[in-house]
Amino acid sequence: MANALDPHAAITTTASGLTDGALRTADGKPLARALARSQSLARRRAFLLVLPLLAFILITFVIPIGQMLQRSFYNDGFSANMPQISAWFAENPRGTEPDEAAWAALAADLTASAEARTIGVVGTRINYDVPGTRSLFTSTGRQVRRGIEPPYQAALTEINQDWASPRLWSAMREASTPMTANFYLAAVDRKRAEDGSIQQVEPRQQVYVMLFMRTFWLSLLITGITFVLGFPIAHLLATLPMRKSNLLMILVLLPFWTSLLVRTTSWMVLLQQQGVINDILVWLGVIGGGQRLQMIYNQTGTIIAMTHILLPFMILPLYSVMRTINPSYVRAARSLGATSWTAFRRVYFPQTLPGLGAGALLVFILAVGYYITPALVGGSSGQLISNMIAMHMTDTLNWSMAAALAALLLAAVLLLYWVYDRMVGIDNLKLG
Amino acid sequence: MAVPTYATPLERVWHYAYLVICGLIFFFLIAPIVVIIPLSFNAEPYFTFTDKMRSFDPDGYSMRWYRSLLTFGMQNPDASGWAFWSDAWANAKWVQAAKNSIIIGVASTIVATVLGTLAALGLSRPEMPFRRAIMAILISPMIVPLIITATGMFFFYSNPCELLGIVGLPTNCGRLAGTYLGVILAHATLGIPFVIITVTATLVGFDQSLNRAAASLGANPRTTFFRVTMPLILPGVISGALFAFVTSFDEVVAVLFIAGPDQQTIPRQMWNGIREQISPAILAVATLLVIFSIALLTTVELLRRRSERIRGVTPH
Repeated sequence: MANALDPHAAITTTASGLTDGALRTADGKPLARALARSQSLARRRAFLLVLPLLAFILITFVIPIGQMLQRSFYNDGFSANMPQISAWFAENPRGTEPDEAAWAALAADLTASAEARTIGVVGTRINYDVPGTRSLFTSTGRQVRRGIEPPYQAALTEINQDWASPRLWSAMREASTPMTANFYLAAVDRKRAEDGSIQQVEPRQQVYVMLFMRTFWLSLLITGITFVLGFPIAHLLATLPMRKSNLLMILVLLPFWTSLLVRTTSWMVLLQQQGVINDILVWLGVIGGGQRLQMIYNQTGTIIAMTHILLPFMILPLYSVMRTINPSYVRAARSLGATSWTAFRRVYFPQTLPGLGAGALLVFILAVGYYITPALVGGSSGQLISNMIAMHMTDTLNWSMAAALAALLLAAVLLLYWVYDRMVGIDNLKLG
Repeated sequence: MAVPTYATPLERVWHYAYLVICGLIFFFLIAPIVVIIPLSFNAEPYFTFTDKMRSFDPDGYSMRWYRSLLTFGMQNPDASGWAFWSDAWANAKWVQAAKNSIIIGVASTIVATVLGTLAALGLSRPEMPFRRAIMAILISPMIVPLIITATGMFFFYSNPCELLGIVGLPTNCGRLAGTYLGVILAHATLGIPFVIITVTATLVGFDQSLNRAAASLGANPRTTFFRVTMPLILPGVISGALFAFVTSFDEVVAVLFIAGPDQQTIPRQMWNGIREQISPAILAVATLLVIFSIALLTTVELLRRRSERIRGVTPH
């Protein structure tokens, strides 16, 4: 049976089937069908080998990220716990002044939500849009549990004057449907005004676009520096005899294998104001004892440490391409009268471009998503977008905002990943 | 590389300048790692070379930071002999962190290596359907920013069965966040791309006719795998496993988001130390980790050479 399914067995036994014109296998099946069967079996076998891992990655990685991204446009913190007022918003178009029915619905929802102890969730949702309102909801919730009498408008505004604020009502209207694009608007420094139009937030609060720009600019800068530093090293390693270059390669691979936190720590130690580099500069007399340089807890610190950490990712792909460049091309160019600079620029450098592309894309992709190093050495001016996502996750607990920022960052990274796959091919990714 | 005989004087000058530049870049690469080693023996709580250290006075150096790694968290650090060591084993925070790192690292490496090697075998077969797309998905944990992965896992692991609600199954099946299993699964996910990359690289030069030869000689698929395929790809599998282990051993973001107080690893403990009060004790840990990475690097290099020898790929 197994023999009949093996394409090689099938081909070697075709002679017996030649009598009726159609090629047949030893046991009399048409060859074409036997081949198709055996190939589909081979395909299935190959796929079954991959299936466990694919399922594992889908469950532990793809689904969690999808679920997280869902939060960026879906937040039912308000609508699920405040059904009556949400229904009122659905019935009455934007611009309708809240009537007594609306106030009654609000009072009923507040009471029910306070009873169910979900008032904090409701307040948190509104708090994202109107800062400082979480306590308005929780304190009002405590009061209405003790009983509230109509007319509700008067009763609620008596508890707290803020209930009459049009901005609050506008925010509640926004939150009354679970689907919202507001977090994406906020992620690009826009907001919805009370009349529903989209406008920029106050200049003081415009942080996200600036952070995205800074992340891309710093990543670009770091990619550039790693190229400038990595190119000579890769060239040296590729042209030296194997024995020597293997030895020097250790100097590149050791940082690559050393813990990220160790490397970040050593830069903290070196760059501190009371650290080794400042000590040396003072000792050399380059700077006075009173004017020690601030090289850490700012952008400089982030750039230096990240360049050091990402440099091997530039050197290794460049090296593996340079290794394959035939040195006789440059010699031929020289013998035809090119100066060494022209030979380098016109003959050698163009051949290194595949390695350069691979290295630059890899460094840029890794730099855009960096979190640990900026968090430890970046101070406030060296923070990247990842740090903002972490802040929303752990400090402000605005998870939908974190998800919206993550979605934008992820889109950028996946686009670059796609370009990388097109240009370099993931199969050609090499380590060490 | 020597200067060619036809080089002009300017080119000779440039050649030596180039060597000096390369030397400086190598210095930039390696100096930060080397410099923390002597600093970890500082007798003072500073991050710089004291006068005594510069004059090589033995009083300037001490093992106090290495000792503090053991005593930090101990109940009775003044005890001696057996009592000291058993206390350190049971209570010292860094010792606990090391135990956790090893447990989580080994377990996640096993998961990643077994699943990753199987998948790499499938991916290397020419018949594999949707090869490119599947490969892209399997490598993506390495590409997607860690903070995004960790954020996703944070929600998923705090209630892993939430999605079962869609098909009407109970949605409450406990938490993975704050458990060893959760951290192990997360780290396995992060380590898998490295296993895939190294094992598929080994399989590129793999001669499929060896498998057929074994089959034609009567070996069943299992025997063929364990007696023919496995010994040949073993160096790749081991170096993939080492990559996966290092990934787990060095990982802090996922630990920050999904580990509980019982699963503090070495990087997590370092993170705390760096953020709160950074002391040279961190440098002592860092030094130990550098020694550890030198050992790993040596292993991987030896494996790579062995693999090249076995497969007949000679270094050119």
